Amino acid sequence: MSTSLRTQVGQLAHRSVLRTARQPAQIVPAIVFPLFLLAVNSGGLKDATNLPGFPTDSYLTFILAVPFIQGALFSVMNSGTDLARDIETGFLNRLALTPLRGMALLSGLLAGAFVLGVVQAVVYLAVGLIAGAELVTGPAGGLVLIVLSVSITVAFGTIGLFAALRFGSGEAVQGLFPVFFVFLFLSAMALPLDLLTTDWFHTIASVNPVTYLLEAIRSLLFEGWDLGDLALGFGIAAAIGAIGMLAASAALKTRLVRT
Amino acid sequence: MTETQRSGGIEVESLVREFKNGPRAVDGIDLEVAQGEIYGFLGPNGAGKSTTVLMLTTLLPPTAGTARVGGFDVVSEGPQVRATIGAALQEAALDPLLTGREHMRLQTAMHGLGKAERAERGGELLERVGLSDAADRKVGGYSGGMKRRLDLALALAHRPRILFLDEPTTGLDIQSRTALWEEVSRLAAEDGVTVFLTTQYLEEADALANRVGIIDHGHLVAEGTPAELKAEIGRPTVEAIPREEGDRERMAAVLGRFGEQAGGSPRAVAVRLEGGESQLAEVVRALDSEGIAIEHLQLHAPSLDDVFLAKTGRSLEGADEEEPEGAEAEAGAPA
Repeated sequence: MSTSLRTQVGQLAHRSVLRTARQPAQIVPAIVFPLFLLAVNSGGLKDATNLPGFPTDSYLTFILAVPFIQGALFSVMNSGTDLARDIETGFLNRLALTPLRGMALLSGLLAGAFVLGVVQAVVYLAVGLIAGAELVTGPAGGLVLIVLSVSITVAFGTIGLFAALRFGSGEAVQGLFPVFFVFLFLSAMALPLDLLTTDWFHTIASVNPVTYLLEAIRSLLFEGWDLGDLALGFGIAAAIGAIGMLAASAALKTRLVRT
Repeated sequence: MTETQRSGGIEVESLVREFKNGPRAVDGIDLEVAQGEIYGFLGPNGAGKSTTVLMLTTLLPPTAGTARVGGFDVVSEGPQVRATIGAALQEAALDPLLTGREHMRLQTAMHGLGKAERAERGGELLERVGLSDAADRKVGGYSGGMKRRLDLALALAHRPRILFLDEPTTGLDIQSRTALWEEVSRLAAEDGVTVFLTTQYLEEADALANRVGIIDHGHLVAEGTPAELKAEIGRPTVEAIPREEGDRERMAAVLGRFGEQAGGSPRAVAVRLEGGESQLAEVVRALDSEGIAIEHLQLHAPSLDDVFLAKTGRSLEGADEEEPEGAEAEAGAPA
């Protein structure tokens, strides 16, 4: 990476982190809302562990994977609305008048998602463990879990960037949130894939990448080191990130029509 | 290459910008701005000023025509143009969550200034625009005038030779406006910066610009120094308000003997004096002899509004057009 590109990425990343840190309205819901749902689900659905073949006797441990994905969904909104605001206010035009490189802009903007992702993952894991969830892979597994969670958060963040660049409005980005929540609900969120007996639901959940992200997280929590699940989880996060980044780069080229 | 191009000026030939399903926002303008000159681009909202600026700053490709800024073609040499210019576009595009100093650091870094130079340049510019005391406050708490001054400082971060200011004083109070005028004048006079300034304020063009171009419906309808343009019109305007509302028509008939009607306030009658200022005494005598009592009488020297009126048939005030289909939005909108 050249010095100028490194400087640009560093400065834009610094701005993105500052912006995130200075917007409690972005941080608090992204942490509190998934924890609230964790409390509701772990209390209300704990009898699911009595189902034959349920992989753990702690529903809290099972459902603890969900906040990591819900938190990542918030990064779609946060990174996307921040960029959309830059477009709406003309700040992107200001940057366009500098020797800005597209990759620097996108990478820098994801820095805020990265930092928020780290905070979210640490908080979710800590709260889960304090509440009695298992972590059979120990501290090393906790570290991998945080890395995986942040990877998912950043990957989802690229989709927010694409939406912002494509549509140029914060409202359009926010409109994605319910769509992504549908993806979450149509996955093996509440029950393991094997126990989803309704055919259509099982079919959708089995092709829904969110299912495999959840399974990768769950493997660390209560199954032990399963390299296959982890590889699939990291692979899906990388694929989403790569596709999101390519789409965002293409949208940025169209958005920045500077000659 | 002409002297203007070599020395850091602007040269525009037959520049056109046409928007999809919309009018020609800019319809074949030609202009030339010399180095160190302040060029006032005057016109109502929607006349094509901002679209022209977006094209000259490389943020919007022209549909036809050519433009060279600082000697570089805006279409084929965009990066060189951007390195040469600074721009404060219509809205002060600032991040409310960052401080003034953080804005300066970002801007100087993006322009490739070295680490040590960034802080020094940022501090120097904040001092110059009078924002040193507010430098570490978030911009969200700045007043409109402070935002505009920061916007100007950011545009100057990399020491541009040419500065584009798109309606820099719109919405500012008189004090802030005057402070900005002084800084812009100083930049041109002392630093030799070429300034291309769009405005819809007559007094701004009059006070600041060495030369003025008047744009209307995408056409450049007049160009020259403010004095030259006013001299073209030549005749002063007398505006009178009758004490009795019912005398307005009779007053119009009397004043009509001295020249053609001009725009004025609704209660007033205004005519452009064919014989110049010396006719004022005759006007008063004529009104007196007709027994028309005068509540208010005023003689206006020719203004740029008179020039605009003469060239377009409309007064600049109230001549606003609808904005052309998203000039700002299309500077970066997906096709």
